[in-house]
Amino acid sequence: MAIKLTLDNKEVTAEEGKTLLEVARENGGNVPVICYHDATTANALCRVCVVEVEGMRTLQPACIVKAAEGMKVQTKSEKVVRSRKTILEMLNSTMDLSEADEIQRMMQEYAVDEKRFPDAERRESEVKDDNPMYIRDYSKCLLCWRCVQVCAEDAQFTYAINFEGRGYETQIGTFFDKAIPETTCVLCGQCVGVCPTGALKPKRQFLLEQGVSPQEISVMNTGRKQRKAKRVES
Amino acid sequence: MIKPDRIVTSTCPYCGVGCTLQLHVKDDFIFKVTSPFDSPVNHGNLCVKGRFGYDFIYHPKRITTPLARRYLLEGKPKPKGREQVFAVSADGKPIPNSQISNDWDWVETDWDTALNLVADNLVRIYKRDGSDAMAVYCCAKATNEDNYLLQKMYRALFRTNNVDHCTRLCHAGSVVALQQAIGSSAMSNTASQVMLNDVFIVTGSNTSENHPIIALQMKAAVKENGAKMIVVDPRRIDLVDFAEIWLPLKPGTNVPVFSAMAHVIVKENLVNWQFVKDRTEGFDEYVESLEKFTPEYAQEISGVPAEDIRKAARLYAQAKNGAIYWGMGISQLSHGTASALALIHLAFLTGHVGRDGTGLNPLRGQNNVQGASDMGAMPFHYPGYMRVDNPENRAKWEKAWNIEEGGLSLKLGLTTTEILSHAHEGGVRSLFIMGENPMMSEPNLNVVRHHMQQLEFLVAQDIFINESGAFADVFLPAASFAEKDGTFSNTDRRVQRVRTAHKPLGQSRPDWQIICDLALRIESRLGVATSYWAYSSPEEILREMGSVNTDYAGITYERIEKVGLIYPVPSLDHPGTPTLFTKDFPRGKGKFHVLDYVPIREEPDDEYPFILTTGRLLEHWHGGTMTRHSALNETYPEARVEIHPADAEMHGIRNGDPVKVSSRRGEIIVRATVTEKTSIGVVFLPWHFAEAAANLLTNDALDPQAKIPEFKACAVQIFPARLQDLPNPDAVVERGRY
Repeated sequence: MAIKLTLDNKEVTAEEGKTLLEVARENGGNVPVICYHDATTANALCRVCVVEVEGMRTLQPACIVKAAEGMKVQTKSEKVVRSRKTILEMLNSTMDLSEADEIQRMMQEYAVDEKRFPDAERRESEVKDDNPMYIRDYSKCLLCWRCVQVCAEDAQFTYAINFEGRGYETQIGTFFDKAIPETTCVLCGQCVGVCPTGALKPKRQFLLEQGVSPQEISVMNTGRKQRKAKRVES
Repeated sequence: MIKPDRIVTSTCPYCGVGCTLQLHVKDDFIFKVTSPFDSPVNHGNLCVKGRFGYDFIYHPKRITTPLARRYLLEGKPKPKGREQVFAVSADGKPIPNSQISNDWDWVETDWDTALNLVADNLVRIYKRDGSDAMAVYCCAKATNEDNYLLQKMYRALFRTNNVDHCTRLCHAGSVVALQQAIGSSAMSNTASQVMLNDVFIVTGSNTSENHPIIALQMKAAVKENGAKMIVVDPRRIDLVDFAEIWLPLKPGTNVPVFSAMAHVIVKENLVNWQFVKDRTEGFDEYVESLEKFTPEYAQEISGVPAEDIRKAARLYAQAKNGAIYWGMGISQLSHGTASALALIHLAFLTGHVGRDGTGLNPLRGQNNVQGASDMGAMPFHYPGYMRVDNPENRAKWEKAWNIEEGGLSLKLGLTTTEILSHAHEGGVRSLFIMGENPMMSEPNLNVVRHHMQQLEFLVAQDIFINESGAFADVFLPAASFAEKDGTFSNTDRRVQRVRTAHKPLGQSRPDWQIICDLALRIESRLGVATSYWAYSSPEEILREMGSVNTDYAGITYERIEKVGLIYPVPSLDHPGTPTLFTKDFPRGKGKFHVLDYVPIREEPDDEYPFILTTGRLLEHWHGGTMTRHSALNETYPEARVEIHPADAEMHGIRNGDPVKVSSRRGEIIVRATVTEKTSIGVVFLPWHFAEAAANLLTNDALDPQAKIPEFKACAVQIFPARLQDLPNPDAVVERGRY
C-alpha cells in the first residue's frame, strides 16, 4: 500500500514498510551511511544516517525507522548535520580512518574538525596476522558489526567472530581469543568483503602494502619462507 | 593503501556455482578478489577458494616456457619405458635428472619447435595406426571455446570420437540416468531457486565444502524461510546441523533407501496422480517392482531406521515445492545410473519437477563441466548432445567444419576410463591432455600408471606439471583463467564471461590459441582441405558453435556482458530458460525404470573390514594442480583419514596418529582424524593429495551404462603406522572447523 509523507518539505509517496533510508534514496536524497550495508541487516549502530522527524524527541536512524503516513522528515537540517559531524569527529579522534574512502569523503562534505577532540584516547591494537588469508587490524575497526553479521545469519552461518568486551573496550574477536584457524572460521572472507575501513584485508594486499614484492609474495606460497610480516610504523 | 590499476570482472575457476569475481590488478598482479553484491549467482559471497585461492597463477613452479624431452629435441629414438619425471626445480626450471636416462630430461624450447614436435608425432601415429590410435582429454576447467576447439580438432582432423573429459568421473551416472528418464542432463532448475523450496533433499553432496555458496542459500532457506531439509548421506556433514531429517545410509545403498521412500509414497497414496498420468510412462511395471522395497527391507541393507525413511518420504511428497539436489555420492558407484534413477522416480511420483522451486538438480562439480559437456567434449556426442552415431547430426557438423560428406566418424568413442585401458599396442597410442590429471582422478592409480606408461606419445597442456603431465613427451604452457577470455557455463546452465585480467605469464598462451596454431600445423602435414582455424577471438568460436548447437544460438558476448544467460537460449531475443520441462520432457514422457538393489562391488570382509568413501575438502580442489600450489595448502596441508571413535578405539588409534590405510590395490600412510562425522564401519579420505593419493585404494569397477567408477565405496583395512612413514610428518595444522 502506498503512503504519503513529507521529505525535506517535499511531498513524496512510498510503499508501506520501507525505511526512511530507502524512501530518501528513492527520491534522490543523500543520506550517509557507515554501518549500514545493503547485504546485511540494519542495526542503527553508527547513527550517521540520523534524520529529524517532526514530533519525535530524538533524531531517528533512517536505516531502521519505517516511513509512516503523514511523517515530516528532514534529512539535512542543522541538527542532523551537527550530529553527523560530531559522530565523524568522534570516530576520527579514536581510530584510524585513513583507508576508509567513503568516510573520508563524508568528513570533507561535513567539514569535520580533525582537532575537535584532541585528548581522545585512540583505540590502538596490534595487527592480528594469524592465518594465511587475511589480517585483522582493529586499530581501523569502527565496530560497524557487518563482519559479525555476514559471519552469522546474513550470509555464512559460521559464527566465528563476535563482539567482546564492554564500552570503550569493545572489540571484534573470536571466542576465547583463539587464532582464526582454530575457530569455526571457514576463511570465506565474507567479513573482508564488507569491511568499510580496511581493518580486514586480504593477506596479499597487506603484504604488497608493506613493500613486499609480488615475486616475494609468490615464493611465500611455497611455504619456504615465513609469511609473517611486521607492522610498519607509520 | 594500494589502488588497483583496474578491476576486471570474471567468473570463478573453481566449482560449478559460477560466482562472479572482481580481480583487483596492480602491475599485472592480482592482489585482491571481491565480488559485487548484485551478482545473480552468489550475491557478493565467496568461499575461501574463490576469494583467496587464485595465487597459484604466480606460483614459482608454474611452467611458462614450452618443454620437450631431450630425446625429441636431439632426434634420438624414444627411450624404453615411460617414467613419471617431474625434474623441475622449485622455481619452475628444468633440472637434469640423473636417476633415469637423461633422454627424459625436460628441456626448454620455443613454441615453434614444441608445436612441430606435437604435430609431427600425432600425424605420424595417425597415418600409421588410424583414428582409433588417437585420443584426447578435454578439460572441465577450460572455457567453452577451448573445449569446443579441441574436440573439433580431434573429430575434424583425426576423425575420432575418442574425446572425453572428467565428467565421466563425476556425474556420468546422473547424466545417463537423466538421459534415459527425461532426455536431458543438466540441472532442471537454478540453485538459487532453493529459496522457493519448502522441502528439499540433499544427498551424496557435502554442499558446504563442495558448493559452498549453494550451501549458504540452503541454510538461508531453512533458517529464514522455514524450509525443511532432508539430508541423505553416510557422513554427518555440516548441513546435518540444519536438517529436519538425516538418513545416515551405508555407502552404496541409495537404491533401496530411495526406492523405499517411493514405496511409502505409493502405499500411503501420496502420489501426484495427475502428473504420473500426464507426464510419465512405465508406472505400472515400476510400481510392481517397488513391492519388495519396504522401509524395513531398506533398513536392513542401509542401516537407516525405517521410521525415518517413512518420515522423509511423507515430508517430500507432501511439500508444495519439493526439490532434490545431489552430488557424487549418487553417481560415483558401479550402479550410479540406477542410483540416480531412484532419485528421479521420487520427482516423477510427486510431480516435483517442471515448476519454479522444484526440480532434479545434479550439482556439477567444476566451473565448466557443464560447458565442456555442452561443447561435445564427450565420446558419444557432438556439441549440443547430438549423438555422433546419427548421420543427420554428422551432416550438420560436416557442413560447419568444411568436411567432405561422410567424413566424420559415426563410431562411438572411448570414455575417459576406457581411453587409458586401451592404451596398448593396437589400441590408443597417443593422448593429448588439456588441463586434466588422470594420475590423480582415476581410480586404482597403480593400474592407471601402467596404462600411462604404455602410451607412445603424450602431450600435456597445462599450467603446472602435474602427476599426469610428468609422463608427457611435450609440455605446452597454457594461460590461467585470469589471462584469457572466454565463457564458463555453470551448474545453473548460466553462460558467463571469463575475462583477461593481465597478459599471460612468460610465454604461456591461451588454450584456444595453442589449439588453433597446432591444428593448422596438423592440417598442413595431413594435406587436407582446411576447417576454419583463423579465429580472431573466442567470441567467434562461440558463434560458430552456436550456429549449430541451438541451445547456445542466442548467446553473444554482448548479451552476457553484465549478466550471464541461462541456456537454452534459442534466439537472439530469447531471455533464457531458468526452469526446464514446464510442459514436457525432451524425450516426451518421463520414463520410470524398474530397479533392483545391486550391492557395491567390493563389500567389507574380515580382512578389509572398513568401507572407504572418498570426497573433497573445502580448501582443496580435485587433483590439487591449483590448490596445492596456493596458500590454500597452508590451511590444510595433508590428507587425513576420518574414522569413527568406536572403530578408532578398537584399533588403538588416537586422533592425529599415523595410520596405514590399504585396499587390495594399494596403500597410503596418513594421519587419522577421529570424529563422529563419519559412521561406524566407514572411513573417509579426501583425494587431493598426491603423496597419499586416495585413488591408489579405490575400486575401478565401472557402472555398466555410464562407465563411471566406484569411487564412493571400496573395502580397506587400517593399522597404526610409524610417524616417520608419513609422507610429510611436519605438515600439521590445527583447524577448529573439523
